[in-house]
Amino acid sequence: MGKFLAVTIIVIAIASAIPVVMHTWEPPADVSTHGHLIDSQRDDTMIEAGVSFLAAQILLAIFIWQFAGSKGEGKRKTFPGGAKGLVGAALVLVGAEVLALGAFGTKAWATVYFTPPKADAMPIQVQAGQFAFYFRYPGPDGKFGPIHPEMINEGTQNLFGLDPEHDVESRDDIVTAEMAIPVNKEIHLLMHAKDVSHSFYVPALRIHQDFVPGLDLSVHFTATQIGKYEIVCSQLCGLGHYNMRAYLEVMSQADFDDWQKKQAAAQ
Amino acid sequence: MATTLPPPKAEDLEQPEKPGNGSTGNGGWQNLVPVEGNLRTIEEYSPPPSSSAIWVGIAAICMSFAAFTSALIVRQGASNDWRHITLPSILFASTALLLASSVTLEVARRRVAAYMGGLSSQAASSKLWLYTTLGLGLLFVVGQYMAWLQLRSQGLYLATNPNSSFFYVFTALHALHVMGGLAGLGRVIRKLGLGTLRRSTLNATSIYWHFMGVLWVYLFLLLWMRI
Amino acid sequence: MHEVSAAPAAHHGPPTTFIRKHVFSTDHKVIGIQYYHLALVAVVVGMVLSWLMRIHLGWTNAAIPGLQALSPNGAPGGVMTPEYYLQLMTMHATIMVFFVLTTAPFAAFGNYFLPIQTGAEDMPFPHFNMMSFWVTLTGFLVLVSAFFVSDGPPLAGWTSYAPLSAIGKAAGPGQGAGQVIWATALAIFCVGQLLGALNFISTVLDMRCKGMTLSRLPVSAWAWFITSCMGLTAFAVLMPACILLILDHVAGTSFFIPSGLVINDQLIPHSGGSTLLWQHLFWFFGHPEVYIAIVPGMGIVTHVLVTNMRRPMLSMKAILYSMWALAFLSYMVYGHHMFVSGMNPFSSLAFSFPTLMITIPSTIVVLIWIGSLYGSRLRINTASLFALGFISMFVSGGVSGFFLAQPSIDIMLHATYFVVGHFHMVMGVAAMFGIFSGTYFWFPKMYGRMMDERLGKIHFWLTFVGTYCIFMPFHYLGWAGNVRRYAAFTDDYLKPLIPLHQFISVAALFTGAVQLIFLYNFINSRFRGAPAPANPWEGTSLEWIMPSPPPWNNFGGKDPVVYHDAEQYGVKTASGADYIMQNSPEQALPGGDGD
Repeated sequence: MGKFLAVTIIVIAIASAIPVVMHTWEPPADVSTHGHLIDSQRDDTMIEAGVSFLAAQILLAIFIWQFAGSKGEGKRKTFPGGAKGLVGAALVLVGAEVLALGAFGTKAWATVYFTPPKADAMPIQVQAGQFAFYFRYPGPDGKFGPIHPEMINEGTQNLFGLDPEHDVESRDDIVTAEMAIPVNKEIHLLMHAKDVSHSFYVPALRIHQDFVPGLDLSVHFTATQIGKYEIVCSQLCGLGHYNMRAYLEVMSQADFDDWQKKQAAAQ
Repeated sequence: MATTLPPPKAEDLEQPEKPGNGSTGNGGWQNLVPVEGNLRTIEEYSPPPSSSAIWVGIAAICMSFAAFTSALIVRQGASNDWRHITLPSILFASTALLLASSVTLEVARRRVAAYMGGLSSQAASSKLWLYTTLGLGLLFVVGQYMAWLQLRSQGLYLATNPNSSFFYVFTALHALHVMGGLAGLGRVIRKLGLGTLRRSTLNATSIYWHFMGVLWVYLFLLLWMRI
Repeated sequence: MHEVSAAPAAHHGPPTTFIRKHVFSTDHKVIGIQYYHLALVAVVVGMVLSWLMRIHLGWTNAAIPGLQALSPNGAPGGVMTPEYYLQLMTMHATIMVFFVLTTAPFAAFGNYFLPIQTGAEDMPFPHFNMMSFWVTLTGFLVLVSAFFVSDGPPLAGWTSYAPLSAIGKAAGPGQGAGQVIWATALAIFCVGQLLGALNFISTVLDMRCKGMTLSRLPVSAWAWFITSCMGLTAFAVLMPACILLILDHVAGTSFFIPSGLVINDQLIPHSGGSTLLWQHLFWFFGHPEVYIAIVPGMGIVTHVLVTNMRRPMLSMKAILYSMWALAFLSYMVYGHHMFVSGMNPFSSLAFSFPTLMITIPSTIVVLIWIGSLYGSRLRINTASLFALGFISMFVSGGVSGFFLAQPSIDIMLHATYFVVGHFHMVMGVAAMFGIFSGTYFWFPKMYGRMMDERLGKIHFWLTFVGTYCIFMPFHYLGWAGNVRRYAAFTDDYLKPLIPLHQFISVAALFTGAVQLIFLYNFINSRFRGAPAPANPWEGTSLEWIMPSPPPWNNFGGKDPVVYHDAEQYGVKTASGADYIMQNSPEQALPGGDGD
């Protein structure tokens, strides 16, 4: 039975590794400027994790094969080097491995979070509420009008609680249900939560940030490929969480300008 | 292969092997009794479990109040709706009463020790000091209630502002723990009357009671400085 | 003279009435068995909930027979609504984490075997111990009552993030009474566990019998001790969090609810609270909680392996120090649940380093286990099979931690099935394997009968393969970006993943059905198992010196005296046995395995 267990473990380990090696299930292709840092960090980690996983399972299986259920008399062998070697290996090898991962991984993190957005980044506001994302563009004045929560009214489609009568900046704001951005242009995304916690997850853009009610958060990114991508909510927000999604369209600058004109006319 | 050995009979036992690490191996981490010599029963060398257990309990209570303290600090920084409230003046009096009750408890403890050492003349006086402690503790709780009344008269209720919320939460939870301490004191008095009081019970109850005082001083300062 | 300095446990006579023997008992063994039964009931409920969830995820619009009867609102026509899915999910997780993974390996086995392994007649505060079970049971009953209120249980997940969990009914079905019931149940549970932790810690510190130095304590006793230290500090933080959450619901306070929130065009009246405060409090408890779930299993598995290998571990000290390191580090890593939460990104890096470091003690333990197998001639029985399975599962579950510990990679994997796969492998499988290993190992002692080995091995094989089939694919789903806590997969990029979900659901139902073999074996062996000898596994620790099952006062009124640690295996003795029990004064002769 020990030998059977050993074989089972090896079969399971290899079977588990196959989809990884074959890239059977992959996230959407990266269309961001910073995503390659995350992807290469992830791939480096997969090598280390994969090797650790296979080595541990195979070693376990080999020892089970050889020594579990075996009969014999007389003195038994002990692992060469004893505990010292193993503890040393764990401390040094694993220690070095995780320190390296941590150290190299900071670069990807820093690119996303420690670099400020460029001065000419395009600001867009996104509001997450049960169960939809809405977007707001500042319009020609470049400013967002203030949000008045008490004026939010889905019936009249005043989704951001704007008061154009009294707030000058609100008059040219453009509110949409879809997000469109020009390709290769840095976007500064200002995030506002209307009711509970949500999250802005765009796998293709390698962007993931929670909306926190009461906190003004922002992320910045640049899309490198024209196309239509999904923005999904990934922080449990209620019964409609699974369906809370918006489309992000990355367009050429010309197409984007057209789109924005059309949206402004429809306000 | 191997057969199962029956456990050795008590009479056959020799001296236990001396452990190489230098510990005395007698069970109980405070004991100072050497390994050699006659086997003794647990009662004679192990410290009473309540002496370490009470500190374990105190550790848990400290963690809880630490969690509330961090909630206060975070909440204060989260928004600009912090509205300073003046602590009700009666709190100074109730603090004094609680600290006094610690003093009376210590006096009571010495009387009880003397009584248990054989001085039966001390029976009445030890009970008196214990009752005094209990009474002072009860007055403390009443004082806390009156503090709440004072706040209510100013229109400060549980949900009025975050300051008042934390005031009520901290004082209510502390008062609840004090009432637990009062129950413990009551139990000590009853056992003393029946002659079944153990020193360990008295010690554990006293440590808890003093901790209530220490905790209150901490909370009082916290509320004074932050609320 | 009036005082007795230190009386261990209650020097009471044996219980005589049925109530005192089996219901309101202060005997730690009865309490342990009561906890085990609670965990059994809880795991059945939790598993049924998971079946319902998996059926819905694989076949979203299917009408599930009987479900409408259970909840006409939640499943009209038998088709589960999205909110009902989330409610079942919340209860599944809450019941499993608290009433199975904390209750079985820690409260059940710990209560039963910790006093015995330390050589004590009982725990030092038997009445607190009895209260701890009844309080925990009350918590369970209060939690389950959430199913029966009009709006049902909460849907905010076992993590119950504010403000969704704090706002009240407006936030969704079940978020009114259901959420308050949930928080109350957890607060009650915390009280029960604190009473238990008090007893565990005092037992190890003060109730050890003569000769039982700390270094001679069996590893499983150490594991329970370390776990109770964690429990003491972790549950003491969850309770305040739950109290503040309840106040936000019922008293109109604003601890967790900021200003300006609007739901259904209504402005929420609370203001000023901190959303992230809940997350900090919860995860400060939450991360040690998952180590509370696994450390007893590590202790049990080590104990089972040593007994079956007939040989000490390469270094028990390394294992013990590693378990302490895990406990200590577990308080420093909690922010890794909050990398993209809006917390300061510098904090995310700060939390990531201890999270990566915690790999090291885990690796040490795994390598010591594997290295000790070398040359060992391990005896194969169901208990040791589950122990070996534990090692494999713990490795599988642990390596996904490499990814999740790094904030940059967490950008892709946060809140996806990758996380769900990770924690199910370590908690839902490895910790369960620890429980199974302990059950097959200690059942003879607890009930005086042997479990059926053949059924046990079938149970092991099918469960080992089945759980890999369920949870390994979770990682692939998460790698592809499959977000978690979704009641259905309607997004374009998720639709192609539905067949994989269906595969998982079939595997889950199959593996769930396999557990009936265990249940049958457990119940049948109670009454018809072969009578068990005192020491069926030829173990050295003190639980094996007493009859199976043990008498009410454990050691028959005589405290044992201990001469050795619990690893005297592979030794040469005068009688020819290859082991020396802890309470035997016999010394090993030269020429044994270790020389």
